[in-house]
Amino acid sequence: MIKEERHVLVIFPHPDDEAFGVSGTISTYLEMGVPVTYACLTLGEMGRNLGNPPFANRETLPQIRKQELKNAAAAMGLTDLRMMGLRDKTIEFEDDEKMIKLVADLIEDTNPSLIITFYPGLSVHPDHDATGRAVVGAVGRMKESERPTLYTIAFANNTAEKLGAPDVIHNVEGAAQKKLNTLNAHASQTVWMMRDMEKRLAEKDPEALKWLHEEKFFTYRWE
Amino acid sequence: MEIVKPDRLQELLNSYANKDVYIHLETTNGAYAAHFKEGFFNAGAFIRNVVVKYELGKVAGESPHRVGLKLPSGWIYAQGITHYTVDEHDRLLMAGLDPDGKLAVALEISETPFTY
Repeated sequence: MIKEERHVLVIFPHPDDEAFGVSGTISTYLEMGVPVTYACLTLGEMGRNLGNPPFANRETLPQIRKQELKNAAAAMGLTDLRMMGLRDKTIEFEDDEKMIKLVADLIEDTNPSLIITFYPGLSVHPDHDATGRAVVGAVGRMKESERPTLYTIAFANNTAEKLGAPDVIHNVEGAAQKKLNTLNAHASQTVWMMRDMEKRLAEKDPEALKWLHEEKFFTYRWE
Repeated sequence: MEIVKPDRLQELLNSYANKDVYIHLETTNGAYAAHFKEGFFNAGAFIRNVVVKYELGKVAGESPHRVGLKLPSGWIYAQGITHYTVDEHDRLLMAGLDPDGKLAVALEISETPFTY
């Protein structure tokens, strides 16, 4: 059961961050008539996958990933995609106040009842953690009564130890095809993984089906 | 990008010598290296749009190659270069790709600034 929302604001640093754990949720909200804004901070300029033989180089990769991001948005049915113009792997080095303001401006503009981002400190990639920190920083400054709910993704190896089990589980089976289309839209990053995954799904591997049908979040708890 | 032909790469390196050029130099194991292999010591470096003028550029070794630039009072080098191309902006883009096609090192030389 997915709760009705006024507006959902999704904030991630890289094209494809949304695809893995949130694209089913985004598609489902949109089908429910809940408006969704996806703010993607960078174009994933530092992605390592260039292929063998290479399909891209360091300078062409951002353009490829920008187009893939637009295709992914279309696959989810999302129309409010915002590309924020930061550079991959530099977010933690940006001015902290600038990052908080960037998030605060997005909140002011979209008035979300729910924000989805990474859990700071438990999201492995420095950009993920820095994005989560900026969101927590911005929402934390709002009056308690006006704060949107914060759903976070965490996948560091010590997540269970720190947070326990995810408290929100969305069944997104109805959006499974859109989720697969979103993952495939990011072909430069996912083509190898998806080859394996589609085989497992065809064999009805229970782990793979669970991966496709369930999206899990930790509601951020304010101290 | 194509696999390095050392003679051709040497000619290209020569063509940028003694000019003000913008450099992109990057080494990386990827941000997830220590996540997938606990205890992995992840190190890397990244510089972009630093202007230098090198007096000698040289490609050395068998593939993966080493490429070194001798500056009036210093050095730049990259180890592990396997691929290169000259793009439509006349930039010399060199990269070291592992067998999976993942970038491990990049060295790029341009007479105009790289995009942000």
